Amino acid sequence: MSEIHAQSVPYVRDTMLPPAAPPSRQTGVVRWLRMNLFSGWFNTVLTILGIGIIWFLFHHFWPWLSHSVWKADSVQQCREIIAARWGEGATGGCFAVIRERWHQYLFGFYPRAGYWRPIMTMGLLFIAITPVLFSVSPAIRRWVLAATGLITILLMGVAETPDWSVILMWALFGIALLMAEYAPRRLFIFTVLYPVVAIWLLWGGSLWYPLMLLAGFAVGYGVIRAVPPRRSGLATFLAIAAAVIWWLFLAEPVSGLLQDMAAMRLMPVDSNDFGGFLLAVVIGVSGIAMSLPLGIVLALARRSDMFLVHIFSVIFIEFIRGVPLITLLFVASLLLNYFLPPGTNFDIILRVIIMVTIFAAAYMAEVIRGGLAALPRGQYEAADSLGLNYWQAQRLIILPQALKISIPGIVGTFIGMFKDTTLVGLIGLFDPLKGISDFVRSNFAWKGIYWEPFIFVGLIFFVICFSMSRYSMYLERRLSRENR
Amino acid sequence: MIDRASAGRQDPPFRLSMLIYDKRYRSLTFQVIVFILVMSLVWWLINNTITNLANLGKDIDFGFLFSRAGYDIPQQVIPYNSDDTHFRAALIGLLNTLLVSFLGCIAATIVGVTVGVLRLSNNWLFARLMTIYVEIFRNIPLLLWILIIFAVFTEITPAPRAYRGEEGIDLFLGMVAPTNRYTAIPAIIAARSPGALELGRIAIPWLAIIFIGLLVAAVMLRRAINARASRIQERTGQRPVTWPVNLALFVVPPIALWIIFGLYLEIPQLAGFNFSGGISVDNSFVALWLALTLYTGAFIAEIVRAGILSVSKGQSEAAFALGLRPNRTMNLVILPQALRVIVPPLISQYLNLTKNSSLAIAVGYMDLRGTLGGTTANQTGRELESILLMMLVYLAISLLISGAMNIYNSRVRLKER
Amino acid sequence: MKRTVCFGAAVATLLSTGAGFADEGDTLAEVKGRDQLICGVNAGLVGFASPDANGNWTGFDIAICKAVAAAVLGDPTKVKYVPTTGQTRFTALASGEVDILSRNSTWTFSRDTDLNLDFAGINYYDGQGFMVPRSLGVSSAKELGGATICIQTGTTTELNLADYFRANNMEYQPVNIDSNAEGEQQYMAGACDAYTTDASGLAATRAAFANPDDHIILPEIISKEPLGPVVRHGDNNWGDIVRWTLYALIAAEEYGVTSANIDELASNSENPEVQRLLGTTGDLGAMIGLDADWAKRAIKASGNYGEIFAKTIGEETPIGLARGLNAQWTQGGLIYAMPFR
Repeated sequence: MSEIHAQSVPYVRDTMLPPAAPPSRQTGVVRWLRMNLFSGWFNTVLTILGIGIIWFLFHHFWPWLSHSVWKADSVQQCREIIAARWGEGATGGCFAVIRERWHQYLFGFYPRAGYWRPIMTMGLLFIAITPVLFSVSPAIRRWVLAATGLITILLMGVAETPDWSVILMWALFGIALLMAEYAPRRLFIFTVLYPVVAIWLLWGGSLWYPLMLLAGFAVGYGVIRAVPPRRSGLATFLAIAAAVIWWLFLAEPVSGLLQDMAAMRLMPVDSNDFGGFLLAVVIGVSGIAMSLPLGIVLALARRSDMFLVHIFSVIFIEFIRGVPLITLLFVASLLLNYFLPPGTNFDIILRVIIMVTIFAAAYMAEVIRGGLAALPRGQYEAADSLGLNYWQAQRLIILPQALKISIPGIVGTFIGMFKDTTLVGLIGLFDPLKGISDFVRSNFAWKGIYWEPFIFVGLIFFVICFSMSRYSMYLERRLSRENR
Repeated sequence: MIDRASAGRQDPPFRLSMLIYDKRYRSLTFQVIVFILVMSLVWWLINNTITNLANLGKDIDFGFLFSRAGYDIPQQVIPYNSDDTHFRAALIGLLNTLLVSFLGCIAATIVGVTVGVLRLSNNWLFARLMTIYVEIFRNIPLLLWILIIFAVFTEITPAPRAYRGEEGIDLFLGMVAPTNRYTAIPAIIAARSPGALELGRIAIPWLAIIFIGLLVAAVMLRRAINARASRIQERTGQRPVTWPVNLALFVVPPIALWIIFGLYLEIPQLAGFNFSGGISVDNSFVALWLALTLYTGAFIAEIVRAGILSVSKGQSEAAFALGLRPNRTMNLVILPQALRVIVPPLISQYLNLTKNSSLAIAVGYMDLRGTLGGTTANQTGRELESILLMMLVYLAISLLISGAMNIYNSRVRLKER
Repeated sequence: MKRTVCFGAAVATLLSTGAGFADEGDTLAEVKGRDQLICGVNAGLVGFASPDANGNWTGFDIAICKAVAAAVLGDPTKVKYVPTTGQTRFTALASGEVDILSRNSTWTFSRDTDLNLDFAGINYYDGQGFMVPRSLGVSSAKELGGATICIQTGTTTELNLADYFRANNMEYQPVNIDSNAEGEQQYMAGACDAYTTDASGLAATRAAFANPDDHIILPEIISKEPLGPVVRHGDNNWGDIVRWTLYALIAAEEYGVTSANIDELASNSENPEVQRLLGTTGDLGAMIGLDADWAKRAIKASGNYGEIFAKTIGEETPIGLARGLNAQWTQGGLIYAMPFR
């Protein structure tokens, strides 16, 4: 019992053993496989199932894809080529239809000589949305502007483009880049001017008329400035009156006069010529741009204390959200003429845009309402304690934060809306999915083509929507970090 | 002091400008203005409509609903033929809409929850596959999916006549025949039939009524038994074994029915161009249902994933520390908390699915939009009445769903406190 | 806020460019004022109306639009083609969105009366038929009992089909499809035993198949489908213009006036009817508010009725339709122009 004495020290190892290599099944690939694919019977079953699915898809679709033909004049020719190359009975994709008709899938019947106009509009769109969407960091802004600028100019170079517009494009992107570096807030000027420029570029006609319409605001502003500031009520009234008079009586003759002096005119393009992704983007972008302010107003109205305002906005939002978009499109194409004054008859695309805007605004209102509700009560109280009135509080404190919170929802609504533009095919417009495909198939050469356009159109939709959703996720992460 | 204060509180005489500048009246003024504006807009629209209709020599008349429809509808829940009225055709369409939406909601929930959970699984391959599924379905328009799935059905399944003759294909499992038009499945027929409950032209077999009644009774009984087991568990700490009784509740009645009424399966037979006997489930229905399921399922999967991620990790760690098994942790700890986050967006997905079912026409499934808003509107030329009626019906369905789900939602929310 | 206003201005621009005031009678003045004819057409039907890779429309129905534009505006290219669906076509016409609907629409009692339309004439006598694969072994529509049949929704064919099978006491399973292209896809995949639509459409569809001989068009024609251009009810002058432009094309064929010899005949034809038609004598044009050369221009636009037929859907084309009922009345057909007198 008493063998322990002073000099017997507990055994202490004084040298470290060299670390043994882990067992082979715990290292490298094997470990990874065990951990991630075969950890337990359930996981093993899942893995085998997953491999089975991949093999099944590959086995069924690869032969078809690998036998695809890119150069042919008609389906019949495709069939012959496939039969000649891979033997009788082989099946393959006939992507020659895309090669021949890609431009219609992208631009519809837009005149070929004018393709640079939609391209330029698209490029400018990125400048216009930069201060709104890409303002999280200067680096992003720089990259987006430089990349879209280069791509746009490249595409414009490929399409037939008048020289002046290419030079203009270089200049515009140069200015935008400089402004983004040194005065990012000034970029909003582009955003404000963009709609007018875009409409002019896409639909053509004289530039002076939209400019003169815009000048109406300048007239109003000038009147406000001219009247002594004490009489603010009078000034507002006079300004509105002046602007209305300008729009009603002066804008047209003045623009005509200016047009005579310096012709700024593009070949007019009819709305009926819009089709394919151009149509989808036009409807989608204008719908989102108009639905955002409308959505904000509706959301504020729904949270308002005023009973009537609240009830009207609830009725509106719930009605629009309660019916399918396709019925609203039917209203646009079949019923709107009943509701408007006798004889009114305006552009079907504009009618569709209005309906899509109303539809998106109802969803947008709910998204923004969520953002408003998510703001802590303290923010409202802080605004009140500063003595701000309702609109000041909304503008300076509430909305900036609420909108920031709702960015993922807003982008989600936009993606949904962009996908929903395919529904306009059901009312006879040339959407890329059904409209263009149906009429391509109505041509004798391409009768019976089916999968290839779907794959092509689906791919483009996927790329656009996927990148938008990824960017919104990135924004979400960025912004949540800021909040911390 | 007091005098001046009371004097200050004295209301100043009313002036017109106070309607704008005084906070007390301003909101009232504003509301009155909004009311007048909205009402005049409505009046303007109605007035225009009346003028336009008068110009066209038309009137608003729903009488067309009761004239002969004259067209056939492939898939019917209740009997219908071309001699019936447009009203009945619209009703068929409505029932078809409800059928596909209801089944779609159920299936989408199952798909969504499964995928949402699997995306978080630690199986690398399957988690990736599920991510790909979700991203592909979420980022491509639904219309494309409907068309693609329908086309896949049409292309890969054989025509009915492929089943004919000696060298024809055998029925799957000897009783199911997938074809490029429909899938023929066996029907259950009673040798000693108890007849059917006749409601006008709708005949509901008593057998189905009895079966559903027994099922409901079994569910109620199971609840009672489980509640009793819990009570005993709380009193004594011992939970009585309940599963044999529960199993019997669900197994015995069908077997009893089977024997009592002499049920047998009616295998579909190829007769002429098509199968007869059994039940034919149209491909247009299946394709639409599947597309709606997979598309909405992808969205629901994201909602479920976000819901599960929103439950803090400490909760599951605590559950593990208490020694709960992973599946019980999921059922007892994570899901109940996640549900509160999941349910509100889930409701709007159900609404979306119902509204999206109006794309049915792309595959020729005659839903409300296909009958009332499609053929009827087109054949009668009464598009104003038909489309307004159709919108109202959709609105009613949406409000009903969101109302019902809101009740459920508030129940779930109560458990929070 | 500023954004909204900007868009408001933009919308105003569009409105002001797109708004027009239709109806109340004078379509002719309106077309002349616009210097463009707006023609509602099918969104894509081989041979009748289809745009090519450059967006140029061609086809049998398109030729009518061109002829009317040539007669009224003097230029067959001054036409804006508005594609319409089966569902939107009549509304588009009634609301003044299009001036004329040249889109294989069947002339029926209720459309003429209840829908307030006016059919300006018949440019194609069609009838509903059935196409089946040869391998099905069916030689008559009477043998289609129990068959699955593909049918385009929202057309008169849907009603005819229901009536036909009901009258013959046969069962069938309809497969409703949305567009002609979808219908072909379904039929090709064998998802329906038979495809039914207008016989002309069947011929066009069949012609495009990889093996046209594997499919037969059954002899039964189960309905009358007189197709023709449609105008709004109430504007009789405009209706007259469209009607007599169509008759001018038909009469030209009857009298042997072609786009090749028209100039020659205009100067030296002995036939008084031809002289009146081409405006050499008489003043028929003025009676419908046009000049004397209106018919000459209309015929020059894409030829006479026979030339148009042969160029777009005739036996020389892949569609290969025989004249049949659509032969001149002198050849035993139904195509008959009212006298130009």
